[in-house]
This record gives sequence, C-alpha cells and structure tokens, in this order.
Amino acid sequence: MTHYLFIIVGAVLVNNVVLVKILGLCPFMGVSRKLETAFGMGAATTFVLTVATGASYVIDHYLLMPFGLEYLRTLSFIVTIAAIVQMTEMVIQKTSPLLHQVLGIYLPLITTNCAVLGVPLLNIANQHDFVESLLFGAGSAVGFSLVLVLFAGIRERVEGADVPVYFRGTAIAMVTAGLMSLAFMGFAGLDRYQ
Amino acid sequence: MILTIAIMALGALVLGAALGYASIKFKVEGDPLVDKIEAILPQTQCGQCGYPGCKPYATAISAGEADINLCPPGGMDGVRKLADLLGREVKPLEAEETPKQVAIIDEQTCIGCTLCIQACPVDAIVGAAKQMHTIVEPLCTGCELCVKPCPVECITMEPITENLDNWKWKYPVIEIKRAA
Amino acid sequence: MLQRLFHFKGGVKPQTHKAPSVQQPIGQAPLPARLYVPLHQSIGGVPNPLVEVGEHVAKGQLIGGADGWLSAAVHASTSGTVLAIEEHLAAHPSGLPTLTVVIEPDGRDEWLARTPVDYRALPPERVRELLRDAGVVGLGGAVFPSHAKLTAAAAVPVDELVINGAECEPYMSCDDMLMRERGEEIVRGIAIFRDLLAARRVLIGIEDNKPEAVAAMQQAVQRLGDDYRVVAVPTRYPAGGAKQLIRVLTGKEVPASKRSTDLGVQCFNVATAYTAWRALACGEPVISRIVTLAGNLEQPRNWEVRLGTPLRDLLALGKPKADSSRYLMGGPMMGFEIPSLDAPVVKATNCVIAASPTMFPPNPPEMPCIRCGACADVCPHELQPFELYWFARARNFGKTQEYHIFDCIECGCCSYVCPSHIPLVQYFRFAKSEIWSREREKNAADAAKARFELRNAREERELAEKAERLARAAAARAAEKKVASVAEVTTAAAAEATPATAATTTTEPAAAAPTVDRAALATAPEPPLVAPAADAQALKKATIVAAMERARAQREAVQPKNTEQFSAEQKRQLAAVEVRRAALQAEQAVSPATATPERSAD
Repeated sequence: MTHYLFIIVGAVLVNNVVLVKILGLCPFMGVSRKLETAFGMGAATTFVLTVATGASYVIDHYLLMPFGLEYLRTLSFIVTIAAIVQMTEMVIQKTSPLLHQVLGIYLPLITTNCAVLGVPLLNIANQHDFVESLLFGAGSAVGFSLVLVLFAGIRERVEGADVPVYFRGTAIAMVTAGLMSLAFMGFAGLDRYQ
Repeated sequence: MILTIAIMALGALVLGAALGYASIKFKVEGDPLVDKIEAILPQTQCGQCGYPGCKPYATAISAGEADINLCPPGGMDGVRKLADLLGREVKPLEAEETPKQVAIIDEQTCIGCTLCIQACPVDAIVGAAKQMHTIVEPLCTGCELCVKPCPVECITMEPITENLDNWKWKYPVIEIKRAA
Repeated sequence: MLQRLFHFKGGVKPQTHKAPSVQQPIGQAPLPARLYVPLHQSIGGVPNPLVEVGEHVAKGQLIGGADGWLSAAVHASTSGTVLAIEEHLAAHPSGLPTLTVVIEPDGRDEWLARTPVDYRALPPERVRELLRDAGVVGLGGAVFPSHAKLTAAAAVPVDELVINGAECEPYMSCDDMLMRERGEEIVRGIAIFRDLLAARRVLIGIEDNKPEAVAAMQQAVQRLGDDYRVVAVPTRYPAGGAKQLIRVLTGKEVPASKRSTDLGVQCFNVATAYTAWRALACGEPVISRIVTLAGNLEQPRNWEVRLGTPLRDLLALGKPKADSSRYLMGGPMMGFEIPSLDAPVVKATNCVIAASPTMFPPNPPEMPCIRCGACADVCPHELQPFELYWFARARNFGKTQEYHIFDCIECGCCSYVCPSHIPLVQYFRFAKSEIWSREREKNAADAAKARFELRNAREERELAEKAERLARAAAARAAEKKVASVAEVTTAAAAEATPATAATTTTEPAAAAPTVDRAALATAPEPPLVAPAADAQALKKATIVAAMERARAQREAVQPKNTEQFSAEQKRQLAAVEVRRAALQAEQAVSPATATPERSAD
C-alpha cells in the first residue's frame, strides 16, 4: 500500500509535472488569471489525464504489444487523447458554457498538453502496471491542478499589488512561477525514506 | 501492414462512434453566453458598435465576429469587463470615450415633427404631432440617435453634471509635494 | 441595579478633549442675517418645497413636506421672509449645492401656533405621522427618520430599548450637555419610544467619562419614577455606534444581514428622544439642535443653533484662533472637512471643529501596507481592513464585497492605528461609492433594456396589425369583385334559364347574394382606410417638409423663433386657444386654493 502512496505523493509534490518536470506550461500560464477558471481547467485536465492514462495502458498492453506494434504508440495515444478531449469539450460546453468560453483555446489545447501525453509515456518507461498507471496519472493531474490553482490565487492578488510597470503582466507571472518552482524543490527527498 | 491498418481503423471506428454519440447527447441549444455579455453592455441601444442594438452586438461577440472594444458608451471599463468574462486581451476603445450625456430639446425651436420620438430606442421622448416634445431625462441613455433625425437641430447632447445623488468619493491621492 | 456589561471587539482609545467645551452651559446662538435651510436633511425622500419666494413664514412653519414614508419634514427655523428657493452649498464633503430655502429673519422670531398633543391618547400610527411631520430624525449623525424605526418587527417583541448617550467621538459634547441640562425632557421622550415599541426594558448607555451626565440622567429617571437603567459603559471608541452599544448593554450581536429589531432591540440617540418630546408635548418641530464648537477656538462651547445658520456665523461665536486652517464637521474620527463655511448647520451637524496644523498635523505620507494586522485588531466589526484596502486600491470591487465592505461603519479606527498612515477609510468610501454607482448604472441599463424590448415588441405588433389590415382590405376587394362577377353570371343564367328551372336557379343567387353582401359590409369600413392612410402619410411628409423650410428660414433670421410667420389659419387657431386659456385662468383666479404650486409654475 505504501508503494501506491509514494507514487501519488511523488506525482503530486515531489515530481510535480509543472514545477519540477516543466510539462504542460501553456495552460499553467494561460488559464491562471482567475481562480474559477483555474479550478475548471484543473478539473478538465484531471479528468482527461486520468482517463487517458487508463486508456493508453489498455491500448498499449492489449492492442499494440501483442501485435508488436509499439512503433504506433505515439500516434495511437495522441488519437485517443484527442478523442477524449473532444468529448470533454462537448460535455463542458453543455454543462458550463461560461467555463467553455473562458477556457477558450486552452480546452482543445489539452490535446497537445505535453503533460497529458507525457504521463502515459512515462508510465510505460517506468513499467507501471494498470493500477500504478492510473494512480500516477491521477496524481500528476492533481499536482497539475494544485499548482494551477495556487498560481491563480497568487496572480489574483498580484493584480492588486504595486508591481513595477516593466514587470506587469506575464513577466511578474513568470517570476512568480519561478519562485513557486523553487518552493516545490523543497519537496525533493520526501519519498526517499521508504 | 494490414494488421496495422486494421487496428488503426478499429480504433478510429470506436472513437468516431463515441464522439458521434456525444455530439448528439450533449448538443447545445442556443447560446447562454449572449445573456452574460449583454448584461455587461450599457443598453444604450445606440448602434455605435455597428450593430442594431446591444443584443445583436452581444451575439456577434459571442460568435467571435465582433471585437470587444466597439462600445463607446461602455467605456474602457466595459471593455475590461468583457475581456475578463471572455478571457480575451484588453484592447483600447475603437472610438473616443465620451462622458455620460443626456439629450436636451430646445423647446423654443421644436416644431413637433415626432421624428425624434420615432428614433428614440427607449421611448424617453414625450410629445405629439405639432406639439412640443421633451425628453424624460432619467430615462435618456444618451445614445444620440435623436440628434440626427431632428430637422431643425433643436436637440443637443449635454454631459451629466455631478450632483449630490451621483457624487462619488474620490480615489485617495497621495500628494507628491508632501510625500517628497 | 447591577448591570452585566459585555464587550465589543476592537476599538481604540483616542484622547477625548471633551473638557474645554463643557465648561459653560449650552448657549443660545443669536439669529443670523440669513438662514439657509436645505430641504434634504435626512435619509430618504427629498421633501417638497411648500412655500413660495416672497412668502412670510412663521417659526416652525412647514417648508418642506415629507416625501413618502421614509422621509422627514423640514421647518422654518425662525419667522421671516422666503428670499429664494435655490441651489445652495450643502453641508457635504463634496461641496456641491442642494435645494435650499433661504429665509431672511424678521427678528421677531414668532412661533406658528403650537399645538401640544397627548401622544397616549392617539393611535400609534398617528404619533409616527406626527413625528415625521415634525422632522424628528436620528440626531446622532445618521439622520435616519425616527418614525420609521418605531415599528417593532411583527414576530419579535422589543425586549430592550437602548438609548445612546455614549458620545464616543473626541471633542464632541453636545449629548453630554443635553443630558446634564435637559435630562428630564429626554426621559419623557424615551417614554414615547418605549410606549410605541412596547419595549420591556430601557437601557440608557453613557460612557463613564461623563459622570455628570450619568448622575443627571439617574436623577431625572428617579424624579419621573421610571424604571430605566442608566448604565455607565467603559469609554472606548466607537462605543457610541448603535451595534456596539447594543452589544455592550445587551450582549446581542446584530448580524450584518439583520436589523436590530429582528433581535428585539432598538436604539435611539438621547437628542432624538429630546426632540421627539418637544415635538409632541410642546408642538415644536425640529428647528434647532445642540452643536459643539470645539478645537482651536478661544471659546469652545455648546450652542443651541437654528438649522440653516451658516457655519461662518456659528464659528464666529467660538472665536477661532488665528492659525485655524480648516474646519471639520462631525468628530475627528468620522467627520469630514467642510468645503466652505457658507454651508449651513443641518440636522446631522453635531460638532464643528476648528483645526490648526499644530492641533491636527497633516497626515504623514502614506507608506506601503506591511500587513501588521493592527487594523484588524481594532476593527469593531471584525473585518480585515488590510484585505479590503488591498482590493479597494486595485479597484477589485467584487473582492471587497466578498470581504464584506458594506459592514464597514467607517469609524476610522483602522486609519487611526495604521503605522503606515494609510487613509484606509477613504479607500473604503471610495470603493463603496463606486459599487453604488455601478449598481445604479446596472439598474439604469436594465430599465433601458426593458424599455427597448417593449418598444420593439410594440413596433412588431403594430406592423403585424397593419399587415393584417392590408390583407383584410385586399380580401374585401377580392370579395367585391367576386360579388360583381357572381351577379353577372346569375343574371346571364336567369336570362337563359327555362321557366321550369328558373324557380330553383333564382333562389340560389338570392341566398348567395345576401351572404356576400354581409361579408362585404363587414369589411366595408376597412378598404377606404388604405387610400386615406397613404394620403395622410403624404400630407404628413408635406407638412414636415414645410416645417423644415420654415425652420430653416427661422434659423437664418436674426431672431430664431418659431412663433412668427404664422399662417392666417394658425393665427385663428392660436386666438381660439388664447380665449380658452383666458377663460380657464379666470376660473383659477376665482378658486386659487385649488391651484397647487406646481400648476402655478406652469
């Protein structure tokens, strides 16, 4: 059991996809202007990422490996992810049109979110089994959502701050992201004492 | 080779079927976003954006046809709110921002032609044929639509002056002289 | 008589500076040369002017009638002549004008006939009306019409009536002096409030730095044999805030979403009780109030001042020292700088402070917020001023509302303690008025939208009706043609028919013709409409063109008036109108009582 726990903690904090592995930066910067949208984006990405890791595991192990078609991995993963994203987009448009409008271009961009493709590929590289894959996927997604929401909260406050003119906008956001990354480095070693 | 094609085709078939089902199941009727956009617009119905009223403009924004910076009565504040709602970039206003105005009819000159009454989008002008017209000021949105039709040019736009009812506390300013 | 006291959170203890102004008894301010009585002196509707320029008014005469339920009347403070009803500088931080009745006193100071009433003999509704028409409002500074506070919540009986004599603002001593000198009348006034609200207990809260007032009130209560409790509450600003005093005396904390009556508590100022008593028992409406003159003066003192007295005249009584640079209305914590001394004393004017740079040094420059939290410690409403400040400064008004900016009473404790000298209250006032103005704009936009949609619906309906009319007219024309052709056919048939069949064929058209006739009759009034409608439109166009021509000619003329160049026909019409108007005016002259001021303005 602790093994699973370490996978989750490792994915959420220690090897955070955004701040440590530097994957999935475009929604991290793009959709973090407001807390609500950050929540929405986090939820959507969590869903997509978790489903995508499960689906890609199944495809890889029961479709590609038995027939020796590993070279189709990237292609089939991307197609699967694209379909899941498309479906998520439809659901969001139906249930929350405002969130759909606010997420805008970033919603279909989940397709090419490197975190979403990266996590299934990491799963295979780390030879995770199905449960581990799912946990790793969900953990990474939670980690992504966590830093996205934290970052959005910080940016909302920074908007009221006396930022020097030349630092306003994306510049101060990048500086903030750097400091957050620095903070997350502090989690390194948390999973060493197994 | 054939196996590869077969597997990819199978995958495509399954995914396509799922998406097709979803597109029917989650079909969106209408556009609820239009109402949210319209709530931000100032409802002057002035048409300065190039659309015949605030609702058509809201529809155009929602459809991505119109930019968000075409509404002078809404001012930069309105642009900012729209940008906030839609997650777009704040852009400077296309036209010049004017202070809030109200139309005034010079009753000496009015000939009672009713043309301004027909032009007013919010029914803020009272009067009848060959009778003097006047503007119900609290209802006037300052859209200027009545100015052009007037054949005798008796309608002028006047900025709304500050009074005790609309007076606002000012943003506290730091006196640089004292701070230095 | 032991009263358990509670505490409110926060608060500060500024220096009180009250001693100089209580050395002398309340003085009667002399009659000024001009009185400027603003019509809008209370929360709620703006009273309508009831006098005319040139009219002679008696002291206490109604000059502004209450507009609606939430409003209070305004009266002439002395006898004299109405010089003007005009816009005059208001006693307001903006320095903007407000509609004011200017009275030139005749020096006789004659009262209108005063009619004392026994309020116990009257139904409560009538008493409330009387209070409204006497202009009784909360004199603590909020000027909320008192009669509107004298209705108990339907479900909750009033347990405690709290009488506010705390007077926590520094420098201010008008309530203190009033309690010392006119305690008995205050106690009688409290009885009115108690009876109207059917309150079980009455608690009079007075800060313990006013022992003379406490003693005077206790004596007055004993003399009149009432069971009110006079409670000395700890001196701590803002103990005089309604919610704070209620908390201290009863332990009840009024939530933001509720009014104190929902918890069975109501609160009035001592001066309000005094004026209520004067209004009912003496028939004297609110025409004066006690004002503290304090600060950088030779003679700080409390004065009973007629409402409408210019502040310049009032300040002259206190002899401001030469280095007085600015003047505050209200206390130093919550008051505002008077934009001009031409502004008059109003019902909200409880204190006027002369300030010199040494006495009130100008605020040091604002430094950045260091988030020390001192403001949150002293906030009596348990808000987080530093958060409010952060968002108000960034103009993020939605967030300020999330942090409950509208629970802020602007007491000024946070600004008082701020080590960075940030004028926090100013930021909050700014944010509040911005939010209100946005609300107003939103409402106006919604109304405009509704009107626009109604208009569109109406236009569509009219178009549809017109189309229908046209269609019916066309149908009628078609029917006419048909009738004509049918008639032709039947006559031809009748001519050809043999006598044997003639009987059957002739009955048919005879039966058919009447039905067609009826149909034609039913639509008959419609078809002629089309041609005249077109005619009327052409006529209208022609008249508009003619009018435009006339107007252009007029503009080119030196005097642009459209009352010249009338045709003979128009002149005849005008003459007829004049004759009618003359007849009407004669009628009005006979019965001038029916002519309201508005009509005469026409």
